[in-house]
Amino acid sequence: MAKDLVCGMEVNEEEAAASSLYKGKKYYFCAETCKQKFDENPEKYIEAEDSKGEEVGEEEEEKESKPVEEDSPELEKKAESKGERIDLPIVGMSCASCASTIQKGLSKIKGVDKASVNFATSKATVLYQPQLVNPADFISTVRKSGYEVGTASIEIPIQGMQCASCVQSIEKALLRKRGITKASVNLATEKARVEYIPSETSLAEIKRAIEQTGYKVLDIPPEDELEDVEMIVRVKEYKKLKRRFFIGLILGLFIFLGSSPRLFPWVPPFLNNFFVLWVLATPVQFWIGWQFYKGAWGAFKHRNADMNTLIAVGTSAAYLYSVAATLFPSVFESGGLRPEVYFDTSAMIIVLILFGRLLEARAKGQTSEAIKKLIGLQPKTARVRRKGQEMDIPVEEVLVGDVIMVRPGEKIPVDGVIIRGKSSVDESMITGESMPVQKEVKDEVIGATINKMGSFEFQATKVGKDTALAQIIKLVQDAQGSKAPIQRLADVIAGYFVPIVISIAILTFIIWFNFGPSPALTFALLNFVAVMIIACPCALGLATPTAVMVGTGKGAESGVLIKGGESLETAHKLNTIVFDKTGTLTKGEPEVTDIMAVNSYEEKEILKYGASAEKTSEHPLGEAIVRKAEKRKINLTEADNFLAVEGHGIEANVEGKTVLMGNAKLMRDRNIDIRGLTGYAEDLARDGKTPVYIALQGQAAGLIAVADTLKENSAEAVEKLKKLGLEVVMLTGDDRRTAEAIARKAGIDTVLSEVLPEDKVHTIKRLQSEGRKVAMVGDGINDAPALAQADVGIAIGSGTDVAMEASDITLIKGDLQGVVAAIDLSRRTFKVIKQNLFWAFFYNTVGIPIAAGVLYPFFGILLNPIFASAAMAFSSVSVVSNSLRLRRIKLKV
Amino acid sequence: MLAKLLVTVFGIFLIVLVNWYFFFSRRKEVEALQEESRFQEVRVTVKGGYEPDVIVVKKGIPVRLNFYRDETADCSDTIVFGDFNIRKPLPAFKTTTIEFTPEKEGEYEFTCGMGMLKGKLIVR
Repeated sequence: MAKDLVCGMEVNEEEAAASSLYKGKKYYFCAETCKQKFDENPEKYIEAEDSKGEEVGEEEEEKESKPVEEDSPELEKKAESKGERIDLPIVGMSCASCASTIQKGLSKIKGVDKASVNFATSKATVLYQPQLVNPADFISTVRKSGYEVGTASIEIPIQGMQCASCVQSIEKALLRKRGITKASVNLATEKARVEYIPSETSLAEIKRAIEQTGYKVLDIPPEDELEDVEMIVRVKEYKKLKRRFFIGLILGLFIFLGSSPRLFPWVPPFLNNFFVLWVLATPVQFWIGWQFYKGAWGAFKHRNADMNTLIAVGTSAAYLYSVAATLFPSVFESGGLRPEVYFDTSAMIIVLILFGRLLEARAKGQTSEAIKKLIGLQPKTARVRRKGQEMDIPVEEVLVGDVIMVRPGEKIPVDGVIIRGKSSVDESMITGESMPVQKEVKDEVIGATINKMGSFEFQATKVGKDTALAQIIKLVQDAQGSKAPIQRLADVIAGYFVPIVISIAILTFIIWFNFGPSPALTFALLNFVAVMIIACPCALGLATPTAVMVGTGKGAESGVLIKGGESLETAHKLNTIVFDKTGTLTKGEPEVTDIMAVNSYEEKEILKYGASAEKTSEHPLGEAIVRKAEKRKINLTEADNFLAVEGHGIEANVEGKTVLMGNAKLMRDRNIDIRGLTGYAEDLARDGKTPVYIALQGQAAGLIAVADTLKENSAEAVEKLKKLGLEVVMLTGDDRRTAEAIARKAGIDTVLSEVLPEDKVHTIKRLQSEGRKVAMVGDGINDAPALAQADVGIAIGSGTDVAMEASDITLIKGDLQGVVAAIDLSRRTFKVIKQNLFWAFFYNTVGIPIAAGVLYPFFGILLNPIFASAAMAFSSVSVVSNSLRLRRIKLKV
Repeated sequence: MLAKLLVTVFGIFLIVLVNWYFFFSRRKEVEALQEESRFQEVRVTVKGGYEPDVIVVKKGIPVRLNFYRDETADCSDTIVFGDFNIRKPLPAFKTTTIEFTPEKEGEYEFTCGMGMLKGKLIVR
């Protein structure tokens, strides 16, 4: 059935009295009069119908979007009476008090009728008066209280914008739309940047809103395709360059052979003719070498001078001199000169430099490979379950809290926590860990890693720019854009380089012309060209950035994220490395190491009673004992009459027996004979372990030793760091005896024990005042101030938490081998930087004077400009290749 | 002898000219426009240099500079505003936006990654 838009009647398409075709759509009418009315002004009726439809649609949506929440029935009623309601997903709430902080903040805003924040669903529900307040204010309020709103943001390309007023109208239209929190349109980039709440609106609706203002929305290209525009042009240019190089090479060879009849007497004489050489050299100069003129002119217009300027001026000088000698040989002869041509010089310089550029372009493409690989890891879609339905959606639209399904072999789209199922996951692309990692319920999964075996469902905890991969990409991009401080000098020089080289070249010409041997003009010209051609500012400029790019990329592949060139530079100077003990050297989670039973009790029995009694305890020692019992699959029973004896232990009833657990003092207070255990307990304590005595029915039954044990690789890592020449120091709040026991096992000689958390910073400062360059290794949260104080802060990450602001180096894996790898990598990268800079400086400071002819008066050595161009071409290639060596190094892990 | 004198005088004149042109000559100033938006905007084309390369902006108003890089030549692949701690890659054939608010009057240089291409931002 169709609807008559004019009178509103339902009409059967086949029986309709009239119909009308408008904009490709057929409309049916009950009578001819209705059709006439419609035809007079079709827009009016269609619009009226559309807006009705929207109203209905919105009402339905409104109902749907109101989940039944017991805590806000009264909210609902109010919403219907007046004002509007919005649900904001909140990110970063860790406790119920956070919820009330946000709620208070939101309630205070003018125009807000009521705000309620639900900690369990991580949602804020706000009822507000739209004429008084904009939802964007809610978001800024939430952010001010230190939390994030789960908004998505997207860039939408728009076509057809002409002026700033178009920008205004689109921005306004977008901001009027429900669910859009921020809209900023940029006329120059022809893009709208929209921040929106995905549960309130969708991409399609945003596009519609823009189109309604009369502009066309282009398809949103995925990030990697954007990069491709540049790639395509580069590939095209590279091909063009290659073709021109080969043509140039052939022409150049003929010119070269024809220019030296004494060297190559077998060459047919017509090739020795100046006019023939001229004809051959001209396309090389102006077609193959056109890019130098183009580049030089572009820079010249902006009062800049670069490599192209040097090459264009240098080769032109040789070329024009030769043309003059070809056309007016008599002028030269009358001046007492033998007319000579240097077409081979100009042509070979151009060919050789093109060859250098070819090699350089290829090598430079490889320096950014690591980041391209990382960007390529980003998954495109996710299969989420919303309102009981599974659907594939673009990964940009995944929300925090969404339940995502992952099947074997699939990429995990975002970061999250497994809620159902288990599997093994290949995390090598993020952490560098080559073995698949077992995952079960409550375990974290990282976006972009690959699910190997089982299927599972997980809840998204981080999406969009917050995911581990996004953070890693950003960190690496920032790092690759950075420079080491050592580069500054090179940059300052590069800024003045070309005009100064031109000045030196002119000076060279004057000196050779005035004081040089005969033929002075020839010497002056050739040396002028040589100076122009040999100078290579590119080698100076490429020295650090290429090494930093390759080095940081290499690090990212092995799970080592380096903040930038500065961190790299400092890291190579380190001589002291300070480790925080708990959670860094050790697992940070105490575990049962020894069990000893006396008085005819068995180990298993002790563990059973001990663990049952501790089951409700929240003490870390108790938890360790319970874990151990669970691991041994011992059935635990309920304990009653649980009593915690503050600072000493616990007391409880398990299966009718009284269980007493705690330290020696507790046992003595209760008159329990522990003489058989004290010797053993002391041995354990010396080893850094904490003994827990157990008495059953008033009689000593045994003891359980609990200790925070070293991570598997700690001792090995310490050993390797020592070999790298670093002094390793352990920092801990533990008492001296425990600290020394752990240090002994880790192979650390220097222990700073009983350091209060707030004194860690002072300890680092003290070490620095002794003139040491100190690295601090710790977790990014508790140790943040100490990490920031240290010359290099190395944060040990765990899974998805990569955003560590205080640190210079972040290790994605908790493994200390990463510290060794990080230091090894910084040292090697820095070595490459130094080699590059040395080479670039050395090359220019030695090359330019030689080209100018300073060696001539003493040794009679002059540099042929062709050799100068070969040297120049290879100097920048050698710098890039040297940096690329870093890709192949094997890190000391 | 005359030739030598001529070459010397002309050569020195050229050296002075080169240095004046690249380092000291006055460049055309372009003022940023503020059209119905919060920003004072300028579109800068990057091709062997910056066009315009002297940009005049007003103090205290957010500045939006749209750099369009019209080449793949690597020299211009990064833009640096040292005084504002901005260092950004400029992808070829795309517009990269840089936004900041200058709070103090003065002249600030901006350059390419290597400091060879130069421009100036004048805050009044």
